[in-house]
Amino acid sequence: MAGFLLNRLWQSIILLVIVSIIGFAVLNMIPGGPLSQFALDASMTQADIDRLRRQLGLDQPLPLRYLDWAWQMLQGDWGRSYRDGAPVLQVIGRHLPATLLLMGSSTAISIAIGTWIGIRGATHRYSGFDYAATIGAMVALSIPTFWFGLVGIYIFSLKLGWVPAGNMYTIGDQSWLNYLHHLVLPSIVLSLVHVATWSRYMRSATLDVINQDFIKTARAKGVPERRVLMKHVVGNALLPMITLAGMQLPALLGGALVTETVFTWPGMGRLFLDSLGYSDYPVIMGLLMLSAFLTLLGNLIADIIVATVDPRIRLS
Amino acid sequence: MTSIAAPSSRTRWWQSRTVRRFARHRLALVGMIMITLLVLACVVGPSLLPYDALYVDLRARFSPPFTGQHYLGTDPLGRDQTARLLEAGQISLLVGFAAMVLSTVIGTAVGVIAGYRSGWLGATLMRMVDAFLAFPSIFLMLALAALLKPSPTMITVIIAVTSWMEVARIVEAEVRSLREREFVQAGRMLGLSSSHIMFREILPNVMGPIIVAATLTVARAILLEAYVSFLGYGIQPPLPSWGNMLNGAQQYLASAPWLAIVPGIMIAIAVTSFNFIGDGLRDALDVRNDHM
Repeated sequence: MAGFLLNRLWQSIILLVIVSIIGFAVLNMIPGGPLSQFALDASMTQADIDRLRRQLGLDQPLPLRYLDWAWQMLQGDWGRSYRDGAPVLQVIGRHLPATLLLMGSSTAISIAIGTWIGIRGATHRYSGFDYAATIGAMVALSIPTFWFGLVGIYIFSLKLGWVPAGNMYTIGDQSWLNYLHHLVLPSIVLSLVHVATWSRYMRSATLDVINQDFIKTARAKGVPERRVLMKHVVGNALLPMITLAGMQLPALLGGALVTETVFTWPGMGRLFLDSLGYSDYPVIMGLLMLSAFLTLLGNLIADIIVATVDPRIRLS
Repeated sequence: MTSIAAPSSRTRWWQSRTVRRFARHRLALVGMIMITLLVLACVVGPSLLPYDALYVDLRARFSPPFTGQHYLGTDPLGRDQTARLLEAGQISLLVGFAAMVLSTVIGTAVGVIAGYRSGWLGATLMRMVDAFLAFPSIFLMLALAALLKPSPTMITVIIAVTSWMEVARIVEAEVRSLREREFVQAGRMLGLSSSHIMFREILPNVMGPIIVAATLTVARAILLEAYVSFLGYGIQPPLPSWGNMLNGAQQYLASAPWLAIVPGIMIAIAVTSFNFIGDGLRDALDVRNDHM
């Protein structure tokens, strides 16, 4: 296990380095570099910009600048927001909880509904339910999240008035019930795509398990069908789902960005869009790096969980 | 050696097993028909309509669908919604196709090289793939689109840059499994160059999975274009695209819901069709079924 952990950790670190190089390249690819936005400012002369360039060390060779930048990131100095001068990590920290709440609740919905649809589709293979679920999943994967959000707002907020059309809470009312009321629609909207993905994977994982010998053995021993399904089939089918959950993180983060925009949810995605509008590069970079970092971390945790549960993986 | 047998002289291509299996796949046929109609409508349609997509008529602002002369109503500037939808379809489908071609070429090249070269080159390329996959594509696309001035060509390139990894992964796995096969060894023995073996001998055997992945990439590219354009960083007005038609729609949701609903239906139809076709091709070309 120690060998597996070290190996996996090493891989993640290498990936993190490559990810940081890509992120750095994105920032420095812009014509004019990180200072390009100041070129539009009439009160700054070219001499000012040149001086800033020297002060910020932007006249140094690229590899040197990369090392410098990476070292500062490692020390937790992610720069300051161009907008209000606050440290980037602090700005992101203010917005992270809202995004995590949205992602968490929509993951819970996706897992609950997706797992159920997947298992039912596998146990009732080629039934009407199975066909409907297959087609439904393909259609769900083809609907843009933001459009589903708009339609949801139109029906459930504007026409029926069941849920609020946006924001995280009503000003002046910070009870958890109020948060929950605001959370329902965005988390359902965000979970649509993931219910589809989850149910497809769950169906094929269940089918993989259901035909194996140990299931036949369990049935032959006289284990009740319900128990065979719940304990032997689902338990084993859920294993590859842990890896899937890790792999789905980028899609979940991207979906959260769009959902937050439609529902004016004060999370990372909204912050990212606002920062784009302000050309706030330090925050844009910070969010880009953080999202990739969260993905790598998620994948690492998923692999460790799987290896802990399934000894075959860490021994291979 | 390969599953694709040379057609005998009497069977024509449309009688081949692949085509017959595709034709039996009902969803794929539905997808084919919908896409054909959609492309026809978008190409021919605008010239048949009495309105231009850019013709502003402030007296006819916010006409609801099915009333008066505008079949699908008008937008806040009184422009005909039908004309705009079809014109937007041209852009969205074109960007989708072009991005698919570009990302398939990148992905295939990376995949073939990484799969054939087992050494540091292959390993580095695949780590690159993993690193790109770690970024949520919407974040990466938005950052690039906001930093580089967006034109339809640039948006196409940006979509391709953020969606070539799936193809690369699929191709890499396939090529790796073929690398030590007899026909490849024979090629080496004959003294063929590596690039000849990679792209002339191995690549044709991987075409099935590539075609399937490419079809699904069109679906993905159309969606991605819609996402960035909806968020205001994609195709810029006055050029319409399905995504940017939805850009301002939210503020009129209460008074003019059709502005939000109709373009979304077009996106959903186009993307669903390509997903259906991809599914049918996967069955017809016998591509290993990973998760569907």
